[in-house]
Amino acid sequence: MSAHAEHVNGELPHEPEKATLEGRNKVLGFWLFLGGEAVLFGTLFATFLALRHQNNEGPTAAELFSLPITAAATLILLVSSLTSVFAIQAMHRHNLEKLKLWLIVTVVLGLGFLGLEIYEFYEYVAHESFDMKTSAFSSSFYTLVGFHGAHVAFGVVWISLLIAQLFKKGLTFVTAPKVYVSAMYWHFIDVVWVFIFSVVYLLGKVG
Amino acid sequence: MMKRWQAVKRLLPLLAMFALVLSGCGREDLSVLRPQGPVAQGQLDLIKLAISIMIVVMVVVFGIAAYVLVKFRKKKGQDKIPEQVEGNHKLEIIWTAIPLLLVLVLAIPTIQKVFAYGENDWNNPDAVKVEVTSHQFWWEFNYPDYGVKTAQELVIPVGKKIAFQLKTNDVLHSFWVPSLGGKMDTNTEGSVNYMTLIADKADTYIGKCAELCGPSHGFMEFRVKAVDDATFDNWVAAFKAPAVLPEDPALAEKFKTNCLSCHAVGDQGGSMGPNLTGMGSRETVASILLNDISGEPGSKPTKDNLVEWLSEPQAVKPGNTMPNPKDLGFTDQEIEQIADYLANYKLDY
Amino acid sequence: MAHAHAHSHSVKRYSGLMDWLTTVDHKKIGILYLIAGGLFFGIGGIEAILIRLQLIKPMNDLVSAQVFNELITMHGTTMIFLGVMPVIFALMNAVVPLQIGARDVAFPFLNSLGFWTFLFGGLLLNLSWIMGGAPDAGWTSYTPLSTTEYSSTHGVDFYTIGLQIAGLGTLIGGINFLATIITMRAPGMSFMRMPMFTWTSFITSAMILFAFPAITVGLVLLSFDRLLGANFFDVAAGGSPVLWQHIFWIFGHPEVYILILPAFGIISEVIPTFSRKRLFGYSSMVFATILIAFLGFMVWAHHMFTTGLGPVANALFAIATMLIAVPTGIKIFNWLFTMWGGQIRFTSANLFAIGFVPTFVMGGVTGVMLASAPADFQFHDTYFVVAHFHYVIVGGLVFGLFSGLHYWWPKMFGRMLNEPLGKWTFWTFAIGFHLTFFVQHFLGLLGMQRRIVSYLPNQNFDTLNFISTIGAILMGVGVLLFLANVVVTARKPSGVANDPWEDGRTLEWSIPSPPPEYNFKQIPLVRGLDAFWKEKMAGNKEMTPSEPLGPIHMPSPSILPFVMSLGLFIAGLGFMFSTEEFSNSFMSLIFNKYIVMIVGLVITFAAMIARSVFDDHGYHIETEELEGEGKA
Repeated sequence: MSAHAEHVNGELPHEPEKATLEGRNKVLGFWLFLGGEAVLFGTLFATFLALRHQNNEGPTAAELFSLPITAAATLILLVSSLTSVFAIQAMHRHNLEKLKLWLIVTVVLGLGFLGLEIYEFYEYVAHESFDMKTSAFSSSFYTLVGFHGAHVAFGVVWISLLIAQLFKKGLTFVTAPKVYVSAMYWHFIDVVWVFIFSVVYLLGKVG
Repeated sequence: MMKRWQAVKRLLPLLAMFALVLSGCGREDLSVLRPQGPVAQGQLDLIKLAISIMIVVMVVVFGIAAYVLVKFRKKKGQDKIPEQVEGNHKLEIIWTAIPLLLVLVLAIPTIQKVFAYGENDWNNPDAVKVEVTSHQFWWEFNYPDYGVKTAQELVIPVGKKIAFQLKTNDVLHSFWVPSLGGKMDTNTEGSVNYMTLIADKADTYIGKCAELCGPSHGFMEFRVKAVDDATFDNWVAAFKAPAVLPEDPALAEKFKTNCLSCHAVGDQGGSMGPNLTGMGSRETVASILLNDISGEPGSKPTKDNLVEWLSEPQAVKPGNTMPNPKDLGFTDQEIEQIADYLANYKLDY
Repeated sequence: MAHAHAHSHSVKRYSGLMDWLTTVDHKKIGILYLIAGGLFFGIGGIEAILIRLQLIKPMNDLVSAQVFNELITMHGTTMIFLGVMPVIFALMNAVVPLQIGARDVAFPFLNSLGFWTFLFGGLLLNLSWIMGGAPDAGWTSYTPLSTTEYSSTHGVDFYTIGLQIAGLGTLIGGINFLATIITMRAPGMSFMRMPMFTWTSFITSAMILFAFPAITVGLVLLSFDRLLGANFFDVAAGGSPVLWQHIFWIFGHPEVYILILPAFGIISEVIPTFSRKRLFGYSSMVFATILIAFLGFMVWAHHMFTTGLGPVANALFAIATMLIAVPTGIKIFNWLFTMWGGQIRFTSANLFAIGFVPTFVMGGVTGVMLASAPADFQFHDTYFVVAHFHYVIVGGLVFGLFSGLHYWWPKMFGRMLNEPLGKWTFWTFAIGFHLTFFVQHFLGLLGMQRRIVSYLPNQNFDTLNFISTIGAILMGVGVLLFLANVVVTARKPSGVANDPWEDGRTLEWSIPSPPPEYNFKQIPLVRGLDAFWKEKMAGNKEMTPSEPLGPIHMPSPSILPFVMSLGLFIAGLGFMFSTEEFSNSFMSLIFNKYIVMIVGLVITFAAMIARSVFDDHGYHIETEELEGEGKA
């Protein structure tokens, strides 16, 4: 097949992630995957909403949550979404240095978010005696927020690996779609977090 | 015209057979097809309506299929390509519209009955209230208005609305008396169910657990005795009479300390296990050993069944929570005595 | 896709076992799915026979009550997740890329990964038989029966972990086929020119994508309850058993349509071929398929009429369920009118397809009866329901799969299955099937509830149960005949014509049987529905190519999918036994400290990293090679 014979000299088009059939497949496949992920988180949200008042004499949401910390976490994650947009824009301009830089910033912000989340969980377990076994509310809280946290952690590792590949291989038809779908993934977990912030924390504070 | 009559003639015996199957089959005290109360009757009417509609559908489909398969089989030497028909809007509209209509015919009574049977009679002063609590693998029946708590045999007055409150003590079960009406799950606290049944005539009906609940799920039966009002009142009075204990004081003491920690007789004992008041009047032991007073073929004297049960409860109902009396220090002779005592503990009503 | 530097890499090509472990060829993966699915189908079938033998007479004691519950649980779980799903995937892999004129699926590597995760998940689940007892809470695993309090062996852990791993494979497969059908169609093959089997595979894949994550979450919650002491379903701590039922059936009902739609597709291919007519009402078939899928997500609570959701919910779900009868009816009549005016040949494939129609109608009408909620109060959890869903899943799906296997066997293996044996298979299986399940409708109405280990005599159950067991044995004979047919056929020389049924309509019949690894030497140009038939009618022997002959780029084989799945398998075992008390201190160290689980995850992640870091450039099959093969 010779569909991109025009690129054999190594010149990247404006959107290198969609230049090859593999790339286009990868982007489409990843959209589909995110569709499945949406159902996954939807089910977790439904579970949480069904059980969030079942505190079983343990702490309630209103007693537990500290909005300043989660607001900070929200801000960090939103900014990281923005920096991953900058990374993709740099990729479309074929600016490898900027691309790597913005991805690194994204990873650092992701780590910051994770740090806050780990701190939050640690506080709950160590000082509020609120763990997985406390109540149906605690189980659904840790599972929903923890699933999201695991997604962030996976994203951080994944994007770090991609940065390493960019250093080694540069921007190619192979690396471009990977970077692009990792950015899609990052936006997705950002959107999920917005829901978590509203449904778990804000709604929890309101009562 | 001739052809059509032929088809009808061929179908008639089939329909007649079906009618026979529907009207006559099964035990009166167990079969969905032989309803003994208005709820089961209403549900059977709905089933009959559904079956009739479905038979019409099947006759049409099978008829067309048979015709097509006979008429359009490939014949020898047939090599001309048949006409490649794309579709036919008229036909397609017909076979969309007619099923829609048939569904509507079934949907209307369905909705009516959903709401009719969904009515909650728990606060209806004319209804007899029964709290049903299911356990692995037995049934507890509590009559809050009469102060009676029995097990395994539900006694109800004929012709009255019986309002059931259904819940479980452990895993999910489902309360089902086929000849009186459909089933309803017994859920955990927080999702308690309500259901109303009526028995039209005095008889004993078989009830079953219809939700997988462990190894002895299949053996988790119960009996529903429908009796006239006077008998019902007598039963309540007899049930509330002071407890009868074994005559031998040593055995009575052993019975009290071991058995009555879980079971109850009369006003004495606990409620972790089935209430034993009037065991001798019951039709079964552990719901699957049939006593001879049930009149069932293959039934045995109550005492023999009790001995069988008490000697090895796990062999009769695997997975049940009753300790083996032998492990509690009962000798074979004592088991025999207990069985004798229980078999003769009858309620006079 | 031709990378400028791709052909400069010499690619490692394996043979023998390594070839099968590393293959990314959709045709070989199809065969792997068929073998694995066949194996599990056999296991599930043996379980079924044991269940029926236990029920052959009242108060039988062939198996204990505990073993009986394990048998029914594993029979249902195995048949649905590990038996029929993979055989569906086998046919999808073998046929869909060929039908759309593609050289491969969109993600060959993921295709392989999907297979191996499914296989390791299935193996894990079945290991339970020899590792302390199989799951025993029914394939629905309703809580609290499935919690540690009432099911204390690791059986249900094998269920939750095994199905999560196997489900992951199914999800990957679904995404792969969605992307394949969206992007890999040959020029000219618009959506409304796709063969019906491709259409139903497409819709089924979409349903997998939206249904499987729900059960994954459900299984995670249940395993957290069992292994981490969470309280999702623990009433005492505020949990809700009814929540499990909702999650299970939100997945469970679409799953039924995930299973049956591909069978609809197979029937829609076989009947036109052997009637020598195009499918009647193609566009209404497509529309009906989509409508069934859509409604399939709206009706889950009809499995819960007796849970006590209240009359409003029951009424709504009753109506929604009944509506499914309409698009299903459209399909039935379309099949009948495809045959109308045709020249029907009664090959074994077509016998199964024709047998499917009335059988499925019977399963369908009982489905509508069950939808009537007040009547369902009587039907629910009785043998009436058992009869109903076996009419749909066996009489529908398994008939469809047998039809598809007889039909596409020559394409997959280059050998025709023996026709007389195929007809024997059909008659024994079909008669056995109706004997087994027709009488069960009446058992249910007479008062026999499902999932009971035995029953007392004198309830009018004895004769009907006896008949049912005889039927089951006959079905077993039918399956054995099919196996015999496979063995007999495998000993025949390979090499049937491209279009062995002579009336093939779709693209797969335009290429050799079995197809070369690149499928199409030149991607064909599609000029209408039933593309190959259209060319034949125009007097052409072959498809018109849409491209000049050129080098073909192929993906490299890889062992990584196998390794990733193996890692998940190890991690699953590690997690499952993390709360076990071991007498051996070494075992206690590696399991209770999550070492086994971590090792497994490290294996999986290392393989993922390897996949990401080392680019797969694939290799090329050169023009000269292609021309050489053409002449040979």
